[in-house]
Amino acid sequence: MNIVVCIKQVPDTKGGVKFNPDGTLDRAAMLAIMNPDDKAGLEAALRIKDEKGAKVTVLTMGLPKAEEVLREALAMGADEAILVTDRVLGGADTWATSTTIAGALRNIDYDLIITGRQAIDGDTAQVGPQIAEHLGLPVISYAEAIKVEGDSVVVKRQYEDRFHELKAKMPCLVTALSELNEPRYMTPGGVFDAFDKEITVWGRADLKDVDDSNLGLKGSPTKIAKASDKVAKGAGEKVTLDPAEAVEYLIGKFKEKHII
Amino acid sequence: MKKMALEEYKGVFVFAQQVDNVLDGVGFELLGKGKELAKDLNTEVTAVLLGSNVKGLADQLAEYGADKVIVVDDPELKDYRTEPYAHALASVINEFKPEIMLVGATAIGRDLGPTVSARVATGLTADCTVLEIGDFPLNPVPGKEAEQKHNQLLMTRPAFGGNTIATIACPDNRPQMATVRPGVMQKIAKIEGAKANVVEYNPGFTPNNRFVEILNIVKAVKTTANIMEAKVLVSGGRGVGSKENFKMLEDLAEVLGGTVSCSRAVVENGWLPVDLQVGQTGKTVRPQIYFAIGISGAIQHVAGMEDSDLIIAINKDEDAPIFDVADYGLVGDLNKIVPALTEALKAEM
Repeated sequence: MNIVVCIKQVPDTKGGVKFNPDGTLDRAAMLAIMNPDDKAGLEAALRIKDEKGAKVTVLTMGLPKAEEVLREALAMGADEAILVTDRVLGGADTWATSTTIAGALRNIDYDLIITGRQAIDGDTAQVGPQIAEHLGLPVISYAEAIKVEGDSVVVKRQYEDRFHELKAKMPCLVTALSELNEPRYMTPGGVFDAFDKEITVWGRADLKDVDDSNLGLKGSPTKIAKASDKVAKGAGEKVTLDPAEAVEYLIGKFKEKHII
Repeated sequence: MKKMALEEYKGVFVFAQQVDNVLDGVGFELLGKGKELAKDLNTEVTAVLLGSNVKGLADQLAEYGADKVIVVDDPELKDYRTEPYAHALASVINEFKPEIMLVGATAIGRDLGPTVSARVATGLTADCTVLEIGDFPLNPVPGKEAEQKHNQLLMTRPAFGGNTIATIACPDNRPQMATVRPGVMQKIAKIEGAKANVVEYNPGFTPNNRFVEILNIVKAVKTTANIMEAKVLVSGGRGVGSKENFKMLEDLAEVLGGTVSCSRAVVENGWLPVDLQVGQTGKTVRPQIYFAIGISGAIQHVAGMEDSDLIIAINKDEDAPIFDVADYGLVGDLNKIVPALTEALKAEM
């Protein structure tokens, strides 16, 4: 079977965020990592490969630098890697991004597509379901467990207070939660091989059945009106009171804030 | 994108999520915000209720401000599945043409929203914290004043792990879609006895390959992994003193409908499992209310919780760094303050 895992290179927001003097994000100064949910999705694909045999292709859309996460994926055990990169694709919102990735996926044989639920730079959780929509595939998001049974996948789908065990016929798309598994490390041999492997690079011309008006900044229905750094949060009030007064103080604050 | 006849789209629609035929509070909250937006636009707010045997819930939506309730009632919609729900909501949008469509950013809404937005070919802004009506661009471009659009939905959301804030518009497509996390917007005071103006609509459901099969539904009482979804976290640190003392925190959490979480020291002492750990090596959380109880506030802990909407610290050490990020800091004995607070809250709620 053929599994395609869509991955994204993201700035590691945990290491703190750095800004350029003009207030834009200084991506170059920040560590770039494979998005955690995507990495769990890749690990899930590799486990299916280990167990049942499968060809695992990783695909990313981004700047040429995003090749780094593809190399990492190859070193973990992916078989092939595709980088979709083109200036005309820049500035894409989730609609234009999902349109682009769907256009790339139309060139590939797939039974199962796995994406992360969401990327830590945008946190939207939109691109996975939107790819499925563009390709007309069944989608199961928020996967806590994925297994292949015959021509179907069975997925544990997380909700706030329950889970659904869902079955979808392949081809289908599943979005993975980082809780899904503990991704493996790259092996030294894998790292060595990964740097010998050819990475397929696709541009605009390689996207199938995609209209220019749906790509990049121009093809994005959502537009940024304003972006700003978050104002650093200063310390609030600090009071030293006896317990009864302390409770009264807090209850008063809760009422002020309409919490109770 | 295709040019849309924007003027055909009118009204503010709110997806009224129900699970097991119980309405989710986020729908009421969105009606509250939807009402404000509708007022600014001189239009109505309509709730969209999807499910099986859900008609009886419509009056509750009227009580929280819905001028109209569109009900799609069909056995296919009994339990949430992406496809029949997306078909239902997309059909409602295509039929009734709202200018704004609001959806709760729940585990259902964050699946339904993107699917529907792609289907009706419009933009979607996720996890908005502020919604308002305004101009796009915010200021007219010199020489292009006539191109500035008015009465646009301006959607503000955090990005990059909460390190930046962006305001987003969807000027050329309709509906303007946004998801909003539960608890962010305020519902209106209940209008007792309000009756819904119900419009029934059924687009027809023909199962296809995109209808997934539900094999099993397990209502889980999960202690792990859900601290990232919790609205209220009562977090304890080394200062709590023992595993047994966490009972106090559990009691407080229970009154507020929250969850207990902890710092790394607590996990290292074996008092609580690692799934409940907040911080750089644990989970990054952003609840509406975060209690830091007996937590000193090491950088690695603060990195995992500083984006919480409201932070309350209780610590006996007045120099604890946690007070630098707390909105309200109480210097004192947690063993006395926490139980007293729990009792006081019980009396208030």
